[in-house]
Amino acid sequence: MAQRVIVVGGGLAGLAASVRIAEAGLSVDLFSLVPVKRSHSVCAQGGINACNEVARQQGYSEYEHFDETVYGGDFLADQHPVLEMANWAPRIIDLLDRMGVPFNRTSEGYRDLRLFGGSLFKRTHFAGATTGQQLLYALDEQTRRYESEGKVTKYEYWEFLGPVIHDGRAVGIVAQDLRTMQIRAFRADAVVMATGGCGLVYGKSTNSIICTGAAAARCYQAGAWYGNPEMIQVHPTAIPGSDKLRLMSESARGEGGRVWVPGIKQADGTWTKHPKTGADPKTIPANERYYFLEEKYPAYGNIVPRDIATREIFDICVNHGMGVAGENQVYLDLTHRDPDYLARKLGGILEIYEKFVGDDPKFTPMRIFPAVHYSMGGLWTQFTKGSYNPSEPRTKHKSGAAAPIQAAVGQGMAYGEINNMQTNVQGLYAFGEVNFAFHGANRLGANALLSCLFDGLFSGMSVVNYLKDGAPSKAPAEGLPSQPYDDSVKAEQNRVNALLNSVTPNAEPETNPYAIHKELGVEMTAACTVVKSEARLKQCLAKLGELKDRASRIRLGDNASWTNQTLSYARAVQDMLSVADAIAQGSIQRKESRGAHYRTDFPERDDAQFLKTTVARWDPASRGALIAFEEMDHTLIKPAARTYGKVDKTSKKPEPAASHT
Amino acid sequence: MITSLTNAPAGPHAKELAQRAANRRNAKVGRTVMVKVQRCDGPGKASRWETFKVTTERGMNVISALQQIAGNPVTTDGKKTTPVVWNSGCLEEVCGACTMVINGKVRQSCSCLLDDYAPNEGDTITLEPMSKFPIIRDLWVDRERLFHNLRRVKAWVPIDGTYNLGPGPREHPKDQEIRYKMSECMSCGCCLEACPQFNLEADESKWDTSFIGAHAINQARLFNMHATGKELAMERLDALMGPGGVSDCGNAQNCVKVCPKSIPLTESIAAMGRAVTLASFTKFFRS
Repeated sequence: MAQRVIVVGGGLAGLAASVRIAEAGLSVDLFSLVPVKRSHSVCAQGGINACNEVARQQGYSEYEHFDETVYGGDFLADQHPVLEMANWAPRIIDLLDRMGVPFNRTSEGYRDLRLFGGSLFKRTHFAGATTGQQLLYALDEQTRRYESEGKVTKYEYWEFLGPVIHDGRAVGIVAQDLRTMQIRAFRADAVVMATGGCGLVYGKSTNSIICTGAAAARCYQAGAWYGNPEMIQVHPTAIPGSDKLRLMSESARGEGGRVWVPGIKQADGTWTKHPKTGADPKTIPANERYYFLEEKYPAYGNIVPRDIATREIFDICVNHGMGVAGENQVYLDLTHRDPDYLARKLGGILEIYEKFVGDDPKFTPMRIFPAVHYSMGGLWTQFTKGSYNPSEPRTKHKSGAAAPIQAAVGQGMAYGEINNMQTNVQGLYAFGEVNFAFHGANRLGANALLSCLFDGLFSGMSVVNYLKDGAPSKAPAEGLPSQPYDDSVKAEQNRVNALLNSVTPNAEPETNPYAIHKELGVEMTAACTVVKSEARLKQCLAKLGELKDRASRIRLGDNASWTNQTLSYARAVQDMLSVADAIAQGSIQRKESRGAHYRTDFPERDDAQFLKTTVARWDPASRGALIAFEEMDHTLIKPAARTYGKVDKTSKKPEPAASHT
Repeated sequence: MITSLTNAPAGPHAKELAQRAANRRNAKVGRTVMVKVQRCDGPGKASRWETFKVTTERGMNVISALQQIAGNPVTTDGKKTTPVVWNSGCLEEVCGACTMVINGKVRQSCSCLLDDYAPNEGDTITLEPMSKFPIIRDLWVDRERLFHNLRRVKAWVPIDGTYNLGPGPREHPKDQEIRYKMSECMSCGCCLEACPQFNLEADESKWDTSFIGAHAINQARLFNMHATGKELAMERLDALMGPGGVSDCGNAQNCVKVCPKSIPLTESIAAMGRAVTLASFTKFFRS
């Protein structure tokens, strides 16, 4: 057996890594819950950021992209990796262009660009309204090419159950075939986790049904650290659904959409719940419509920045119980606009609403609510600083000013160093959304696709070098004793047997995995999203304790030994609880507000105490997180106040929203 | 895109769409809908029907109906059973995972609203697995052959590797629009389910000589249009020339009618048919 690398996850990050590593001549075993072409990356709509020639000639630079990303993330990201990512971005676009991605074109045939949140320059490349899908397909095609040549072996419909760790080093994985239910160990000299986010911890989110976070949880429970778990991005406008929350672009507000709930105005000017809150909105008279954004923010009205919109909508529904029909939803109303105009400006996105809700937003107000969208936190990873190390951090870059450095490979991170994006467990790497690096406390729109590709293409070489020069070069996995593998399989088999033996004909909500997951989602959404407070978070931890106890006694409704989805689901629910716990504990202990993390009891950013990475270490004794705040890298840009989002009374125009999709 | 400003849909499915819109307006939240599911415990096992009662919620789709059933899987006869097994992913109709046959027609179940198909109290909606692929369990089928056929036509751009070699070829926006449309294919398999020439084939050794399918022919055209992708044009045409190639298409035109992304599949088949004919003449005169 030659040296092998296992990649877990077949989204953008996993496929980019597979292609890069296979190209270097190593054999790749690629594991995915679904055929890789169906990974969650397909859901990314907006685009991918990179400095480009047009923007460059207008004064933009890779350095400014770096600065925007650090600033957007409220300075919580280690800065050197972000610099390297921004420097690499243009070459990543070029590569995907060569792979045949149908990027939108200008009339002269160059790649078209659009303006996106967090920047004053057009730096976002896009392919229709499905950029993520198109990027994923390009890599899927390249992977298929290597598969045809025998360099990549796919294990689709296989679920990752845990890393096999021997002498402190990841030497393979245990996985289960979701069809035959066979559990087996796979040897590998390195394991790359590229398993995405954890939206399902919140029950419903904008994430795909496979984004449970269970794979990351299994690494975390095996000793990998989890960084900044509390940093969860919530998108203000999503379409509520009983199965998932689908994104509604912010451009609906930009085109005049008004946000309101039915209400009754009291003599003192306050609003109370409407007695017929669920009535047909067209029957609610104008004076019984509470346009709360317009009332609270007269200057900006409905186009307040996204974090404010998110918090206010949340407040109206969760704290005041004034959501439409008593549910967590408000109206986003475009019906006062000319339908002809709406069809021209917003046709595509309104069609999505109509397809999934059944109502035409041109004639009926949309019902929307904020939704968990992206996890900035994830498995904690390391890096080797590159060559750019100013004697002291620079002040924030002025948009359009000359960049202090011309971009070159290796300024941010030392290319090919084996610890780049390696977790604290030797040989265990984390790429893409499951990696906590790059986005700090808040991600900018159109930077997610970039970080996935960058990890795979840049740090893929670190994996290659680790096999060449690191521990596997002296003790390859193929020569290791079989015991650690056998033990891991046995442990997983025991867990499965216990679950199968729990099967009961009477699915009591107490121990029903679906009920436990539902309650988990409701609790996490209420306590650990938009508005957090110590009191509420403590209540959340108590609830999580109850759920953990119930999950340990979970009972299935299906004991099939063939294609037992209930088994896989219940196991994921159990593991999601450890991520939920880390999110809640991180949220409690970060006593400040930063980026997506907002504490009512600590509304200001506190750099003196919390300009640090939250590191969650799994404590097997308490089956919960031990939280520590670790020093981080802010040696390139001095932290500045993050002011966009602040209402500027002198200007009619708001700063661009921080993120779009 | 929304092309019409009234509520009245246009196009070939106008009548059906108008009926669904009417259904949607009349449907009441909280009614009971019967979900009739064709179930099968695994390959080689007999199929059976089970019917479940679902209480509708606002905007409920087939996925959330199946989720509701999974929480407490009891049939209308009061029989306790197992949760239905099915495949799903994005739930936004971009991943293709949740394709199944609903009321006799293949489509994605995520974008299938109960209000459209079962608007009245007590209405039944019928779910069956796709019939052209081997069954795994219940509504989950194994579509590996679909991806295999993408390998047959070498559906990729043969790049020189991932090194930094500058941008790809420039492209006219009109060409980009055509390629983008074709590239939206999510490999869901609707076109294959509806195709009279594409049949269930469990024997993998026969895949290379059985009809390749509209989706793969479309991908061959997509990559033959790309400046670098063209490099493999002859190999793709070779794959489409032999048994199971483009000439096996019986021109039923069902594929284009069921494609959820409105990909011009019949245009692709016609274009590749012409290209194959031309290539075989060239070959004939060269040999």
